[in-house]
Amino acid sequence: MTTTVLEPAIHGDRVSLLRVLGPAHVWALGVGIVLVGEFTGWNFSADKGGALAALIVCWIVGLLYTSVAMIDSEVTSTVAAAGGQYAQAKHIVGPLMAFNVALFLVFAYTMLEVSDAILLGDTIVAKAGVEGLTHNSFIAATIVVLAWLNYRGVLMTLNVNFVITAIAYVSIVILFFSVSPWTQGAVLKLNELVTPGNALPYGWIGVIAAFQFGIWYYLGIEGTTQAAEEVRSPARSLPYGTMAGMITLLIAAAMTWYVCASLMPWEYLGITYYPLWDAGKLTGSPLLENLLFIATLLAALASANGCINDAARAWFSLGRDRYLPSWFSAVHPKYRTPYRSILFLLPIALAFAFIADLNQAITFSILSGVLQYTFMSINIMMFRKKWPLGTIRRGYTHPFHPLPAIVLFCLCVVTFFAIFLGFGSQLIAMTIFYFLISLWFHFYRYKFVRRGDQFTMPWPKPQGY
Amino acid sequence: MSRYTPPEQSKAGQVFDIVVVVVAIFVALWLPLKLGLAGAAKSIDALDAKTWEALGQNPTMAAIWEKLGYTPETAHDVIQNRFHYVIDWPTLIIMAAVLIGYFVFLFRASDREYRDVINEKFDDK
Repeated sequence: MTTTVLEPAIHGDRVSLLRVLGPAHVWALGVGIVLVGEFTGWNFSADKGGALAALIVCWIVGLLYTSVAMIDSEVTSTVAAAGGQYAQAKHIVGPLMAFNVALFLVFAYTMLEVSDAILLGDTIVAKAGVEGLTHNSFIAATIVVLAWLNYRGVLMTLNVNFVITAIAYVSIVILFFSVSPWTQGAVLKLNELVTPGNALPYGWIGVIAAFQFGIWYYLGIEGTTQAAEEVRSPARSLPYGTMAGMITLLIAAAMTWYVCASLMPWEYLGITYYPLWDAGKLTGSPLLENLLFIATLLAALASANGCINDAARAWFSLGRDRYLPSWFSAVHPKYRTPYRSILFLLPIALAFAFIADLNQAITFSILSGVLQYTFMSINIMMFRKKWPLGTIRRGYTHPFHPLPAIVLFCLCVVTFFAIFLGFGSQLIAMTIFYFLISLWFHFYRYKFVRRGDQFTMPWPKPQGY
Repeated sequence: MSRYTPPEQSKAGQVFDIVVVVVAIFVALWLPLKLGLAGAAKSIDALDAKTWEALGQNPTMAAIWEKLGYTPETAHDVIQNRFHYVIDWPTLIIMAAVLIGYFVFLFRASDREYRDVINEKFDDK
């Protein structure tokens, strides 16, 4: 990848983020965050509803995320500012919504980073097979080293992500073609492992319950928009990078399900932390086993790396707009990164990596993600209503509006129900948290916000105001 | 409309606000873990006969379990550990009410703030 233009982005007269990224970096950011979902997490949907349920939600949740990518591409290619959905909410719905959306982003990405670090630590411990060895030191090292990498610069961070994401992705393709996917019986035994008797062990309620972890196939692809202020051409790079990322992930998810469901019983598939690594082992090839072991580590690293990048930018945006203390809005004078935000979120990630287990951390992340997708479905309706087509210049206009928004909203409702089936109390607790922190913002913190400065796009006055 | 000038926040005020947010984050995420509220209800439906057949595993499945290092005895608790999906209607209604209430407040309060923003931004011109 080449980056020739190192032109600083201007935000007022302050030192600001660098516009150095292209579509490949956007792809690497999105897929890098998400690809770990194929290496762990998606398979818990098999535990919830059986192997066939995992496939059904792979497709249906794929539809949810295709809607997310279409909506996001339109809004973000028009509202190109750091913070992604946060900047969208600020310009379309209002400051309180923006504050909440930024918190959704920070929670979703920080807890995803925590899940990645736990996965990485557990994978190394499982491979080492040394009695008494714990994952703690590996978790701490992962989080601290990646935070340092992010501190040093976005270009280096995303170049590293591009390489390790590509290696992890290629490993899935190699595994897929190594097991002769066109023939059953030699290596793959789908017919004997997924039978009419065990395909949906809990019936259709299991399929709905599986939505909770089905989200994990793709969670985080919307993170591409966080780079809006650091890409050279937002209108081109963001839609291309995001849609290419989504296509890449749909292919990876289908291949992953097919190979894993054809190699292990659903009861085991539903509980293992390393479905692809296990698939590599079950082929009997040491080469594939080692390749998938390394790819699991790389996928976890790429995801955690991208998550630190995105969470820090969302937190930075809150500080810059004075929604949180402006101390967080500092940009490093040499590396041009939101270094205080990176450092602030570091101990929070470390703390939860040590107190939560893998599926709890994943659920924390999913909860914030689904709240955010609910917002996005309503946000696009408001965007089209306040600025109908033709009133402002859009980088990209998504087709079939309002169908993607309606599909997205309905699937979010189903996913809330799925979360209720396993983590209802957690969902209530988190929503109450968001409600209380919203009261704090609306009645106290908002007084520090400069009203007119919240709208920075060169658009006409929204219709209805 | 006159331009709103926000007050300058003192350093102590900034530190206090950071502490409030951090405490809120930890309470929201850590408390449900501490109280054991996070996690779905799974329980083991125990079987007397611990054989691959009794566990519903055909020869292909049994061979894979054995390759993974399991015996019928050790696989029993994995295979028979099942979800028991029961819809707890009062909790579901509370959850729906909390979610709807939260989003209604969010959009209404945001709209009030948004009107300030739009008025100041466009009436200045």
